[in-house]
Amino acid sequence: MNKKIENLEDLERIKEEGLKSIYPDKTKIAVGTATCGLASGAEEILETITREVREKNLSMTVTRTGCLGFCQKEPLVDVLRPGWPRITYCEMTPERAKKMVNELAQGKLKREWILAKMEEEEFLIEGKIRKYLLNGLPEAIDEIPLYGDVPFYKKQMKIAMRNCGFIDPEKIDEYIGRGGYQSLYKILTQYQPDQVIEEIRKSGLRGRGGGGFLTGRKWYFCRQASGDKRYVICNADEGDPGAYMDRSVLEGDPHSILEGMIIGAYAIGAHEGYIYVRAEYPLAVKILKKAIGQAEEYGFLGSNIFGSGFDFSIQINRGGGAFVCGESTALMASIEGKVGEPRAKHIHTVESGLWERPTNLNNVETWANVPAIIARGSDWFSKIGTKESKGTKVFSLVGKISNTGLVEIPMGITLREIVYDIGGGIPGGKKFKAVQTGGPSGGCVPEKLIDLPVDFEELTRVGSMMGSGGMIVMDEDTCMVDVAKYFLSFLQDESCGKCTSCREGIKRMLQILTRITQGKGEEGDIELLEELSQVVADTSLCALGATAPNPVLTTIRYFRDEYEAHIKDKRCPAKVCRDLITYTIDEEKCTGCMRCLKECPQQAIVGERKRPHQILQEKCIKCGMCYEACRFDAVKVE
Amino acid sequence: MNLQAVDKIIDRYEAKSSALIGILQDIQEKYHYLPQEALSLTKKRLNIPLINILSVATFYNIFTLKPRGRHLINVCLGTACHVKGAGKILEKLERELGIKRSETTHDLRFSLETVRCLGCCSLAPVMRIDSDTYGNLRQDKAIKILKKYE
Repeated sequence: MNKKIENLEDLERIKEEGLKSIYPDKTKIAVGTATCGLASGAEEILETITREVREKNLSMTVTRTGCLGFCQKEPLVDVLRPGWPRITYCEMTPERAKKMVNELAQGKLKREWILAKMEEEEFLIEGKIRKYLLNGLPEAIDEIPLYGDVPFYKKQMKIAMRNCGFIDPEKIDEYIGRGGYQSLYKILTQYQPDQVIEEIRKSGLRGRGGGGFLTGRKWYFCRQASGDKRYVICNADEGDPGAYMDRSVLEGDPHSILEGMIIGAYAIGAHEGYIYVRAEYPLAVKILKKAIGQAEEYGFLGSNIFGSGFDFSIQINRGGGAFVCGESTALMASIEGKVGEPRAKHIHTVESGLWERPTNLNNVETWANVPAIIARGSDWFSKIGTKESKGTKVFSLVGKISNTGLVEIPMGITLREIVYDIGGGIPGGKKFKAVQTGGPSGGCVPEKLIDLPVDFEELTRVGSMMGSGGMIVMDEDTCMVDVAKYFLSFLQDESCGKCTSCREGIKRMLQILTRITQGKGEEGDIELLEELSQVVADTSLCALGATAPNPVLTTIRYFRDEYEAHIKDKRCPAKVCRDLITYTIDEEKCTGCMRCLKECPQQAIVGERKRPHQILQEKCIKCGMCYEACRFDAVKVE
Repeated sequence: MNLQAVDKIIDRYEAKSSALIGILQDIQEKYHYLPQEALSLTKKRLNIPLINILSVATFYNIFTLKPRGRHLINVCLGTACHVKGAGKILEKLERELGIKRSETTHDLRFSLETVRCLGCCSLAPVMRIDSDTYGNLRQDKAIKILKKYE
C-alpha cells in the first residue's frame, strides 16, 4: 500500500491518527523505556502491566515512551485517562505496577507513588496549550503537586526534548500528532534554501556539540562551497563521559533529528546524510533504524519529498568506541571506513569534508532544535537565553546530587539554580565542592563561582566550557587531584597518537599526577604541569589535545590547596587517594558482627565475634569493602 | 572454519571498502571477536591490504582479536561512575573472576572490559552484561548479578 504523504491534507489526516494514538479514549499506561528506565527495571514493569491488563481483560492501552528526564525517580510510568490530568508514577516496582493497574481499573490512584500531575501540556511546534479535560477527577487528586510546582521541573523549558516522554518513539504518527514534519512541509513548499539558512542564522542557534559555532553561518558556508555533491552529518557519537542528552533524544524522539536533517539538507543542497552513532548506544541505533524506515515509507526521505522535487536519504554508521571520533574530521574519516584520526582544518570541512566534498556536521541536539525554530520563527527562539547564547541547553545533571537527570533550561540560568533549585542540592548533608562541565575538554567550576550564569561565554571565561552538556557535581568527598588524574587517564587512552605533544605530553602529565596522588609529589610539580599544559594545548592538531590540559589547569587554578596538601603534607583532604589514607575500626562503635571480616578479600581484619575487630595495616589493600559493609559506621578513613 | 557468514556480511555491504568498520562490527557480532580467517577473507573480498584492516581493528576499542567469553561484562568508567566508586566495582569483579580487565576467564564464561560512559550516569555506578544494564551498583550487588549468567 502506498503510504506516501504528498500534501498537507495527508499530513493533517495522519496528525489526527497520531493524536488518537497519543490520547486514546480509554486509559493509557506509558512506561518510560529509554536505557536508564530499562536499567532500573522498566521492561519488567511493562511486562507486568501488559500481563495484568490482558489477564483481567481491562480496557486499557499499554505503550512505551522515551525519557521523562527525572532519572532519579525511574522507572517512571505515565497514566492518561479521559477526564483526568496526566499522572506520573515514579519508582515503580512490579508489585506496585500490578496494584496500580488494579486501582486504575476501579478509578482510583495511589497517592504515595505519584510524582506529579499535568493539567495542560504544551504543543511547542504549534505554539498551543492542550488542556486536559478534568471532568472525572478521582479522590486525593488535589494533594498531588502539579508538574510546574515540582522543583526539578519548575525552571525547565523543553525545546530539544519537546516530545521525549510524550510520544512512543517508535510511532511516527505520534510525532506527527504533536506537529511533526509540519516544518518540513513549510520550508519545502514556501521557502527558498537561502531563506531557511537566514532563518536559522537569525535565530542565533549555536552548535550544541560543544564548539558553539553559529549553525546558520556553517550552513551558509557549506552551501556556498564549490562542489557537485554535498553531505550533511548528524554527530551522535556522544563521547563525553557524564553526558547522555543525545542518547535521550535519539531514543525518545528520533524523528525530530531526522526532520532537522532533512530541513538542513534542503537548505544546504545535500542529498545524502549520515548519522554517526556510538557503538555503546544499541537501543538508539535500533530506534533510529525504525524511524528512518517509517520516514521512507511516508516519503519524508527518498525522492521527490512532498512533491517538491527534493531528494534526500539518510544512512546510519555505528561508531567503534573511539572518543576522538566525536571530532568532526576524525568522524568523517571513520565514515569513510578509516582509522579515526583528525586532520588539520586549514581547509574547513564545510568546503572539504567527507570524501573531500563540502560537508555540514551538526550534533543531535542542534538538529532537534531546527524544526522548532522553523515552526515558531527566529524571533521566538532568539528571545530565549542570553545575548550571545540563544535558546535552551540540555544538561545531564549527575554525580553527587540529589535529583539526577536530564534538565533542559534556558541559557543564562545560574549554576546555583541548577544545583540547588533543580538538583535539590547535595545528598547526605555533604558540602558542595565543584561542578565539572564540558567533559574531558572542560574544567571544574568551584563553589565560589556558583552564581555564574551558564552560557557559552561565561563557562569559557572561567576556564571550562559548555561542551555537550555534562554536569558532574562533586562534593567534599571528591578529590580534585584524582579528578584531574581521571580525565588525563581517559585522554591518554583516547588520544589517537598522531601528534607527539598530545600522545607523549598527556602521558607525562599523568605520570606527574599519579606521583602526586601516591604521596611522591615534589616541589615544582605544579609549575611543571602548567608548563606542559601550555605545550600540549599549543601544539596539538585537534581539540582533544588542545583542550586536554583544561581539567588540570582549572583544578590547579581553583583547588591549588588540594594539590599542595598532596605534595607538601602527603595528605588527601577528600580521603580518596589510596596511598595517603588508612582504614581503621572505631572500637567504641564496632559491635563485633564479623561482617567486614568476612567481606575483606585480604583477610586483613581480625577479631572475635562480639569483640571489636582490628585492621592489619600491612595486609590492607584499601579496597574499601569493610567501609561499605559496616552497618554501624565503625570503619573510619583517615 | 566455515566463512559463509562472513561472505554474506560482505555481500550485504556490496564489498565496499568504505564499509570496513560496519563489516568488522557484524563479523564480531557473529563470532564475538575477529577471527584471523575472517579478516583474511575480508582482505581478499575488499581488495585492500591486511594492514589497513588491522589498523582499523586495533584502533577502535570495540574490536578484539582474541576470542571472548560467553558473556561480556562492561564496567562503566565514565565521570559520574568514577566519582561514585566505579573503580572499586571493577577491582571487586577482577578479584572475584580472577582476571584483569580486557581478559577472559579460563572457562570462557566471562570477558571483563571497561567502557567510558554508557550514558546512564544518573544510575552510577553502572555496568552492562551482554545487553542488560545494571545501575546503582555496590561491590556485593555486582557479584550477585554475575550469578544470573552461566
